[in-house]
Amino acid sequence: MTSPRPTAEVVDVDAESHTELDREDQRSQEAGSQPASEYASPRIISPRTASTPLSSDAALEAKPGPSVRLERLRAFYGESEQVKGIDLEFRANEVTAIIGPSGCGKSTMVRCINRMHEEIPGARAQGRVLLEDVDVYGPSVDVVAVRRAVGMVFQKPNPFPTMSIFDNVAAGPRLSAGRRGDVRATVEAALRDAGLWEEVADRLDAPGAGLSGGQQQRLCIARSLAVDPEVILMDEPCSALDPIATLKIEELIDQLKTRVTIVIVTHNMQQAARVADRTAFMLDGRLVEVGPTQDIFTNPSDPRTEEYVTGKFG
Amino acid sequence: MSAANGQAGLKSEDRLARFALSPARRRRDRLARGSVLAGTAIAVLPLLVIVYYLLRKGLGAWSVSFFTTDPTGNTFFGSSGIGGIKSAILGTIEIVALASAIAVPLGVGVAVWLVEYGRVSWLARTVRFFVDVLTGVPSIVFGLFVYIVLIVGTGSTYAGYKGSVALALLMLPIVIRSAEVILLLVPSALRESALALGAPRWRVIARVVLPTALPGMLTGVLLAVARAAGETAPLLFTAAYTMKTGFGLGGFMNSLPVQIYKDVTSPTTSVEHRAWGAALTLVAMILLLNTIARLIARRSRLA
Amino acid sequence: MEAASIPGGDRATLARSPLARFPDRALKYGLTALAVLILALIVYFFVRLFGQAHAAFAREGVLSFVFGNDWNVGAEHFGALPLVVGTLITSALALAIGVPVAVAAAVYATELCPLRLRGALTLLVELLAAVPSVVYGLWGIFFLAPKLQGAEQWIADRLSFIPFVGGGLVTIPNYFITGLVLAIMILPIVSAIAREVMATVPADHKEAALALGATRWEMIRMAVLPYCRSGIVGGAMLGLGRAIGETIAVTILIGNAPRLGHHLFSQGYSLAASIANEFGEAQNVHRSALFAAGLVLFVLTLLVNGVARVLVARAARAGGPRGRGVENAAAGGQILADTAAGA
Repeated sequence: MTSPRPTAEVVDVDAESHTELDREDQRSQEAGSQPASEYASPRIISPRTASTPLSSDAALEAKPGPSVRLERLRAFYGESEQVKGIDLEFRANEVTAIIGPSGCGKSTMVRCINRMHEEIPGARAQGRVLLEDVDVYGPSVDVVAVRRAVGMVFQKPNPFPTMSIFDNVAAGPRLSAGRRGDVRATVEAALRDAGLWEEVADRLDAPGAGLSGGQQQRLCIARSLAVDPEVILMDEPCSALDPIATLKIEELIDQLKTRVTIVIVTHNMQQAARVADRTAFMLDGRLVEVGPTQDIFTNPSDPRTEEYVTGKFG
Repeated sequence: MSAANGQAGLKSEDRLARFALSPARRRRDRLARGSVLAGTAIAVLPLLVIVYYLLRKGLGAWSVSFFTTDPTGNTFFGSSGIGGIKSAILGTIEIVALASAIAVPLGVGVAVWLVEYGRVSWLARTVRFFVDVLTGVPSIVFGLFVYIVLIVGTGSTYAGYKGSVALALLMLPIVIRSAEVILLLVPSALRESALALGAPRWRVIARVVLPTALPGMLTGVLLAVARAAGETAPLLFTAAYTMKTGFGLGGFMNSLPVQIYKDVTSPTTSVEHRAWGAALTLVAMILLLNTIARLIARRSRLA
Repeated sequence: MEAASIPGGDRATLARSPLARFPDRALKYGLTALAVLILALIVYFFVRLFGQAHAAFAREGVLSFVFGNDWNVGAEHFGALPLVVGTLITSALALAIGVPVAVAAAVYATELCPLRLRGALTLLVELLAAVPSVVYGLWGIFFLAPKLQGAEQWIADRLSFIPFVGGGLVTIPNYFITGLVLAIMILPIVSAIAREVMATVPADHKEAALALGATRWEMIRMAVLPYCRSGIVGGAMLGLGRAIGETIAVTILIGNAPRLGHHLFSQGYSLAASIANEFGEAQNVHRSALFAAGLVLFVLTLLVNGVARVLVARAARAGGPRGRGVENAAAGGQILADTAAGA
């Protein structure tokens, strides 16, 4: 390895270096996936910078979230083992990114956390997934409760096509509040927290599918937030979105982590560098390395990690 | 920006408890699932009951003489006097065979035209529309159609072949629709590579498209035949009814469905008995055709 | 390849001789003619049917034929209301009983059923379509109707305060038993279409519902059923069309009393049944009246099936690649949809 190893800096980017950042980002977008060592240092954007700030009244109170711990997690599709024994901790109120080449099992692993994996016929999981100290695979645990506590945002924005914006966000709360319950306050709060309220407040009855891609994804995030989860899992949430929408969502993630623990699967390493506190690298169903994001990208301990983040494969 | 590790004072059991499923929801879920299961059971039940009953009442009527004697008109005497269903079986076979001979070539021809030539032209759209219309026509109206044209129109009387025409009309839309579906499944790449070799279109159709589509079309044809074999109404005023086995399709002709229909309205129990036997025979024939159709469908995949 | 043998390298060598083009031409024009012929045939039949019905319409007037309440063969007066009402009552019953059962079976088969049972379950429902309608009539009149008569009388007595339902003497052939058997007869077609439409629901939406913490049933209610609404209604209308046109089973089971039955469990009449019963001996105006009944029947099924086709096409279009299955199920039942899907 010939290039030097600069120490990572957390850069509080203000107006001046804003333009520098823009150029950097532009270059990276043009060149595609850049090896990390080409950068001087990964920049972590603080909420103050970016384009349009999200709704200013998003006074998100900090809430201590749980830590999530995977112990000896294995996941199978029939006979084929996709996740081969993983021990991993996602720290409370942090954003942890999972990176790795296609097919390494990152989505499968994450779907085990909210027990969505077992919905596929023939699929099963083994091991423990601890939400603080409760094993979600425990015998007395209700899977429905787990899924309310652990929310999920999918790769392709998927608002319910037959429902309005309001009904989409209200769908979750209505399940327990009943059809007659007053969920308006909950819906508004969720839409505000997702940074969507300003844009849709005047058309809550419009169909959810009529929004732009980025708005739809924020709608899905609002929908997940409406049931007040403690953890949010995101499976490549920005891969179908344009860069501006992506940026908005990344800001949102940064705001949300004060109240939920976030796990984000991404194949975009710049994104991991931007949003994640810690990053885990998976390869072929196993965890190779996990650590603070800067370390993973600039000072990885495992040679395979280094090969991946420098773009040698994947 | 790491916050403290979940020290909200929440006990571990309470953690998930606040998300737990309320008993009302659990009940509703169980109730809904139970109703769905009950509905499914209700859907599956009639077939089993019908088959059971057919076997129970029909097998008893089966005998050698049952299949080899014609029905007699005797409804007042004992079971020995009422005869069997020979003319009905033969009649059904003959009428349906002729109907298939008419409907299948015509139907496949129209389907081929729709897929290979007409495609999306306005004429093709019109034809498809009318074929769809034909699909929904009640079977007795087919009988009326043929009656008007072939009986009133020609001044002649009932005949077996006229029943065949009515049944052919009934089969036509089924054959056309299913053949069209199957023909559309033949990959266009197959056609194109044959055409690219310089083969004329008719050859491509005859030697490449049709053979590939054959098993699927056979399934569709067999299903149409099975359907036609079971129809009564189109035959009532076309082939009408007779008890004798006339081997000519030019005269009155018996058929299984019509025979059963006539017997149903009779008060004599031995005649009712014969009706069950005939029904079992008819259903057996249809199920046989159905099974063959399914086996062919399963064994052929147009991949 | 039949190439004209013209020497030299010009484009003429690519021409085929007229003789060689003949089979292609013959096929093309022959098949086109065939298609046009079929078209003409159908129009012709319709016109002739109307012609034959004309006498009755001329005598009674169209409206009073359809809505007049007196089907009196003896007096040569033909008001077809009892027929129309009988047709509609039995068909409505068939829908009311058959559609929920068919949809339940479809929901079970697509969402709740263990994988290995699915094929057997589907087959058992499909095979109901293989039973000929005369056998349904036979089974209905000799087995089902007598068996249910006691229960029907009980209901009629208990619910005598409800007009039309209760308060009468239950006869063995009646509206209710006819509707019940018709419901069984339309199960396969409605269920096949419902099943295919439900299969088009993208897994995405179902997962999103589950990820919100929905129970299985809540997921079906949130993500599956609303998506399938128009397709299921289309399937139900195809079933309705079938029920309206059904002749033999209805003739056997409805009782053939040419008047309006007074309650659910009384005898009645239907358009198709009247034709089946009376056509053989009918003369002149009577015969024309029966043709007119046939015409009314035809127009009725035309309308219902037309609406059905539009709804089914809409559901197929919205269903993406799997939407084809919906159309195929409508055309040839589950087996055609399966054959096409397996390819």
